[in-house]
Amino acid sequence: MIEVRDVAKIYGAGENITHALRGVDFTIEDGEFVAIMGPSGSGKSTLMHILGCLDAPTAGSYFLDGKDVSKLSDEELADIRKEKIGFVFQSFNLLPRATVLRNAILPLLYAGVPRERRERAARAALLSVGLPESHFNHRSNELSGGQIQRVAIARALVNDPSLILADEPTGNLDTATGEIVLETFQRLNADEKRTIVLITHESDVAAHAARIIHVRDGRIVEDGRNHARKSLHSHHS
Amino acid sequence: MLFSDTIQETYEALTANRVRTGLTVLGIVIGISSVIALVSVGQGAQHAIESNIQSIGSNLLTVFPGMQSAPGNQVRQSVGSARSLTSEDADAIADGVAGVAAVAPELSGRYQIVARGTNVNTQVVGTVPDYPLVRNMTVAEGSFITETHLRGVAKVVALGASARDDLFGEGASAVGNTVRVNGMQFTVVGVMEAKGGGGFGSQDDMVFVPLSSAQKFLAGDDYLSTLSVQAERAEAMTAVQADITDLLLARHRIVDPDEADFRVLSQSDLIASASSITDTLTMLLGAIAGISLLVGGIGIMNMMLTTVTERTREIGLRKAIGARNRDISAQFLIESVALTCAGGVIGIALGWLAAYAFSFFDLIQTEVSLISVLLAFGVAAAIGIVFGYYPARRAAGLNPIEALRYE
Repeated sequence: MIEVRDVAKIYGAGENITHALRGVDFTIEDGEFVAIMGPSGSGKSTLMHILGCLDAPTAGSYFLDGKDVSKLSDEELADIRKEKIGFVFQSFNLLPRATVLRNAILPLLYAGVPRERRERAARAALLSVGLPESHFNHRSNELSGGQIQRVAIARALVNDPSLILADEPTGNLDTATGEIVLETFQRLNADEKRTIVLITHESDVAAHAARIIHVRDGRIVEDGRNHARKSLHSHHS
Repeated sequence: MLFSDTIQETYEALTANRVRTGLTVLGIVIGISSVIALVSVGQGAQHAIESNIQSIGSNLLTVFPGMQSAPGNQVRQSVGSARSLTSEDADAIADGVAGVAAVAPELSGRYQIVARGTNVNTQVVGTVPDYPLVRNMTVAEGSFITETHLRGVAKVVALGASARDDLFGEGASAVGNTVRVNGMQFTVVGVMEAKGGGGFGSQDDMVFVPLSSAQKFLAGDDYLSTLSVQAERAEAMTAVQADITDLLLARHRIVDPDEADFRVLSQSDLIASASSITDTLTMLLGAIAGISLLVGGIGIMNMMLTTVTERTREIGLRKAIGARNRDISAQFLIESVALTCAGGVIGIALGWLAAYAFSFFDLIQTEVSLISVLLAFGVAAAIGIVFGYYPARRAAGLNPIEALRYE
């Protein structure tokens, strides 16, 4: 469970001060699929960095699974990321020369998981995002964009995180491929009860989530159920 | 991270750009191999000098004339320049010092020697029949200088093996032939067995004449250039050295030992002074090679800094998925140490090969010691740590958010 309490983030000092977040409150239950939406400069990236434990808030608190992680050191945050968070980035960030399997294993290397167990976990994660086993030993630079992003999702899944954070995951993909990636998220949410937070500025993308939090100028302007949700099988009908 | 994972990641990172990795390693290879090769030259030279000194005889003491310093004359000349040792001193040592096995006075100088139109310039040693005994030499053909030759001031000569080769041809019989030494006819009475031991001052190059003949026909005076004394036992060396000093001080009527007009040196004294020269030589060669190693190290640092910049986003990703700062710095430090260790291993092999080639082509007998190999490898690893430390720190210090955004 994620509880964000009156979180603010200020960058810079003096004349160059920037209020990226001006007091944000919300709760995300386990198994939710939430989109955080807003235009650029709205503070959604800052919010993502704080939710992803890449950054600490200036004020307020952030409870992840009941633990206040807003005042931890950089090294403690690294450990939280290792155990509880999976990232999916707009620019994929795979290691281009490593194989698909090795890319998916990467987070488990830092967790010190034994060889056999981590390979099993990586295979399971790759299969759950719909990547065929024949691709496991391909280098990631031999794959298509959609396949690359699904490897990245598998990498985010592999440590069985409490939260999957996807930052504009379809930003570098065409619409059809993006649709496949978003469906992958929906299926993981529906079938495996994964908690997913999707950061985007596109309403089409946000429409795949069950709940949408609108952010503007560092504040939440709207937070509610997505009644016009694009369902998992909508394009079949 | 498991050790085997670290190895695999390092391998993947270093083989990503093989040309760059190869060129960077080359810097270390050149540095390490020149350290190994040049130090082997220095140590080879040292060993050659030591074995030269050992080969001139066992339990040997050498008396050199001291410095020339006339009363009131402030100009001091080099050791050996004084004319202070005489044949009588030699006789007195032979008769008056206990534990002396044999005494061989010498008067040597360089002269032109001609035989059948062949012309060499070499060391002519005027000495006594005991010389081969003291200097550990044996006669190959004919005989050495005899008492009769000495008393008769005979114009006879015994040739060192190389001198014979130069004058009469390799392995040729020379006894009975005549040579001209400094323009005078001398008859060859013997040839010495080759002693080997290359380098400078080899006894194989020398020719030997009776001391009396050298004094009369060549030098024109009665002084000696050195006096070799063989002690009976190695343990008695120190006592004999002291006794000779006392005897000669008394004979030369010198009260203050610091004013002595001669010096008595043992082989270990000679080795010590020669070693101090070759040590300096070895250090100098090592220092020159060390500079190229330093340049190689800077090359490593340059490459690692470039790598860190190129892989900024990878570093950001690794941090995002939970790598701690020390995981990142360890990764880059291990990469640079792997580079320098690979360079070290190749460099040691190459340096060894170069040292072997020096010996093989008879340029100089080299010696690669285990210590210099271990030291070179240690230095290579240390260079990896020293020059990899700053790039690794820089990588570890990157902010993950900025690193992920880096274009």
